[in-house]
Amino acid sequence: MSHLAKDMTPDVSWKDITPGCNIYEGGTSVTVETGDWRTMKPVWDATKCKQCMLCTPVCPDMSIPVDADGKRGDFNYFFCKGCGICANVCPFNAITMVKDEK
Amino acid sequence: MGIRERLSGNEAIAYAMKQINPDVMGAFPITPSTEIPQYFSTYVDNGQVDTEFIAVESEHSAMSTCIGAQAAGARAISATSSCGLCYMTEMLYVAASDRLPITLAVSCRALSGPININNDHSDAMGVRDSGWLMLFAETNQEAYDNYLQAMRIGEAVDLPIMICQDGFITSHAIENIELVEDEKVKEFVGEWNPKHYMLKKGEPMAVGAYATPAYYIEAKRQQAQAMMDAKEVIKKVGKEFGEMTGRTYGLVENFMMDDAEEAILIIGSSAGTAKEAVKKLRAAGKKVGLVKIRSFRPFPSEEIVDALKNVKAFAAMDKDDSFNGHCGPMYAEVCASMYAAGVTAPKGINYIYGLGGRDVRVDSIEHVFAELEKIADTGVTGETYRYLEVRD
Repeated sequence: MSHLAKDMTPDVSWKDITPGCNIYEGGTSVTVETGDWRTMKPVWDATKCKQCMLCTPVCPDMSIPVDADGKRGDFNYFFCKGCGICANVCPFNAITMVKDEK
Repeated sequence: MGIRERLSGNEAIAYAMKQINPDVMGAFPITPSTEIPQYFSTYVDNGQVDTEFIAVESEHSAMSTCIGAQAAGARAISATSSCGLCYMTEMLYVAASDRLPITLAVSCRALSGPININNDHSDAMGVRDSGWLMLFAETNQEAYDNYLQAMRIGEAVDLPIMICQDGFITSHAIENIELVEDEKVKEFVGEWNPKHYMLKKGEPMAVGAYATPAYYIEAKRQQAQAMMDAKEVIKKVGKEFGEMTGRTYGLVENFMMDDAEEAILIIGSSAGTAKEAVKKLRAAGKKVGLVKIRSFRPFPSEEIVDALKNVKAFAAMDKDDSFNGHCGPMYAEVCASMYAAGVTAPKGINYIYGLGGRDVRVDSIEHVFAELEKIADTGVTGETYRYLEVRD
């Protein structure tokens, strides 16, 4: 029975979940998908994006990756909660919030 | 052979604590459990134990201290009563759901109001759904014996455990008692070696995580299983304790139940009084018996059904009230056990008794049996929700 955070997915059974949901390792924010709360998701239109970088600092999580050249890439939906702040600050309508369906 | 002594129930608990020498005590005084940390602090001061004695500012903090210590990998203990137990409630749930086998001694006392310092079971029953194991003692000896078994039980299923006794009645009354030798206690209780703990080198750990709806119910189902599994553990530890001391314990104690037609179910010190009544009535040819519930959590449903299945009438004696307009908690669980097992022939009534330290005498219990005899003879149950010896 694995007690690793990466195996504590929404499919884990009551027999296999860690007692009390206790966590036995560090840095689990990298391995645990917290994007599954999302109901709305931001969609990035690279053609409209001017790389002004207003969106990246306002993201409350780590959902907008920035590369070595200082440019943003597409969203990391593993973490994105769909809060919509990025879409709200974008001056170029390059980010659209759409209903997220599984 | 053990050591013959005479101790109050509180002294006996403190003595058991000394013999076990736990790592941390979160301590805050409240009548009638105050003497437990008081006696224990003397052992700390004398260097007879090396427990970290943490005097805190409230019961909420006392339990929080225990939670932090136990999660860190230490054995943590506390003691409380009445409103103190109420004030711990939030943290009791945390201790249980974080699966921390803390040991809490409870000298049971009524709850306000009216303000009252005497015994009933309102405090313990108020936290019966917090996820703690709960053992009740009839005598000082049982309080001591239960305490020596507590850690073995709690640690086997990763659940905290309450060792309850009746405030003043056993907590302050001095009785003859047989103590177990220190080295035997140490061997029986053993060391706690948790697989995971916060101070473990090379394994960072988080306790008290947030669980979204995708996980919470799975965690609770697992917790429920631990409570179910505890039944066998309590019996196993009780049997082993018997092999060491000659005093064997189970989930319930059946007293003269073999051919009983009328029975009462009771918890705590009043069982002693009720046994006298049973003996007296047996001597007069009445087929009466008693079921003493030692383990209220887990609730011994099968054992109770087995004990009651052939009786004509029974009375569940609640030393507390649920204020739900129809019965106390023990009656509710006894009836649920019977109905779930398909055993519906015995007629059952509920007595609320002994609230706020009201004395329960042998003739009080005889009165209950007289009522049960009437029910058995006539087949008419009448009012099921009754108060014993309340002035009209």
